[in-house]
Amino acid sequence: MMVSVTVKLLNFRLILAAIVGLAGLFLSGAIHGEEYIEWEADGYSIPEPLGGLQGDPVRGRAVVIDRDSGNCLACHRMPIPEEPMHGTVAPPLHGVGSRLNEGQLRLRVVNEQRVNPNTIMPAFYKRPGDYHRPHPAFRSTVLTAQEVEDVVAYLMTLK
Amino acid sequence: MTKCFMQIVPFALLMMSGSLFALEPQSSYELLSEDLKQMQDDDFANPGMMTVDRGQELFQKPGFNGKSCATCHGDNGEKLDPEQIAAYPKYDSQRGPVTLQSQINQCYADRQEEFPMLYDADELIALETFVRYLARGEKVNVDISGSMREHYEAGKEIFHTRIGQRDMACVHCHEMYAGQRLRGQILNQAQINGFPIYRITNGTIMSLHEKYIGCYGTLRAMPYEPGSQEYIDLEVYMNARGNGLPIETPGVRH
Repeated sequence: MMVSVTVKLLNFRLILAAIVGLAGLFLSGAIHGEEYIEWEADGYSIPEPLGGLQGDPVRGRAVVIDRDSGNCLACHRMPIPEEPMHGTVAPPLHGVGSRLNEGQLRLRVVNEQRVNPNTIMPAFYKRPGDYHRPHPAFRSTVLTAQEVEDVVAYLMTLK
Repeated sequence: MTKCFMQIVPFALLMMSGSLFALEPQSSYELLSEDLKQMQDDDFANPGMMTVDRGQELFQKPGFNGKSCATCHGDNGEKLDPEQIAAYPKYDSQRGPVTLQSQINQCYADRQEEFPMLYDADELIALETFVRYLARGEKVNVDISGSMREHYEAGKEIFHTRIGQRDMACVHCHEMYAGQRLRGQILNQAQINGFPIYRITNGTIMSLHEKYIGCYGTLRAMPYEPGSQEYIDLEVYMNARGNGLPIETPGVRH
């Protein structure tokens, strides 16, 4: 009798642990947005889209403007006249789509520090563990892989 | 001969770029609008003076054993030496680098037989504001020789380390691109000669370590505690980096 009750309790605990663990996995997925996708640079370029995703320039433009997301206008001047006060820290991005190809743009959005270690530009998509002392609410890449592709697609329209 | 010269030129240029980043210290006061400059300069308009007054009251308030700061240092702190105030943080062989605030706290605990206050307690910030105000105009002069050197270097390391998800270091905005615009905001050199400051945006007085915590938040980084060794080292480095700037406490800033 005692044994069977203990076994039942143990089983119940196992099931509970499994449920909690799965819920945790699911939630952590929700918090961090998505699984990190490894990428590899070929020289100063990442020729292949992250995870083979297709970018959308219209969404990319929104990411570029959003102060809590890409916030590119903090430093770069861009052909987005409806937004006031573009930053003067970084090079203007007018015509950047003709100066750099898609793969070169992708590496610069993902991790410009590979091109210039002294750059002020944050890495928008490096291994989450490689950010130093991130706040617990921000233990992820700045942009998702999809957002990176959207931004690259938008930059490619700046001819 | 020319060939040899041509080989030296690029190296000489590289070495020069290092010295280009070593800016002349400039107080962020210089970047304020005329209105805000006037507000800071006029004691009747400067809201930070309310904290100075509060600090002075606390300075004269007797502690557990009936003594107050004023008992030794004079009713208006006239026996304190502005030159010494401008020399903080100072190195103590037992306690390491001692900030003005920790010195006030230690003195308060020892001489008034009180429990020490928490770092950045309101009363402590008020006392620090009052004492530092006594040295207004005195040039910051922090000695980083001897054992202080390693704390200066540790602070410098923090200043140059990328933090948080925003993945930037203090040096990027406040040295490499000082004077440039980040959206609508002109980047200052992050000189700390006006601290504790009155912040117009918050409508409150703000200590240096509270400001550090604010910056860490902006960079989406996990801040250190007020009074932590990291922030004290940073305070040592940033003071020494601005040696020669006049103390402006209470500074008025956005």
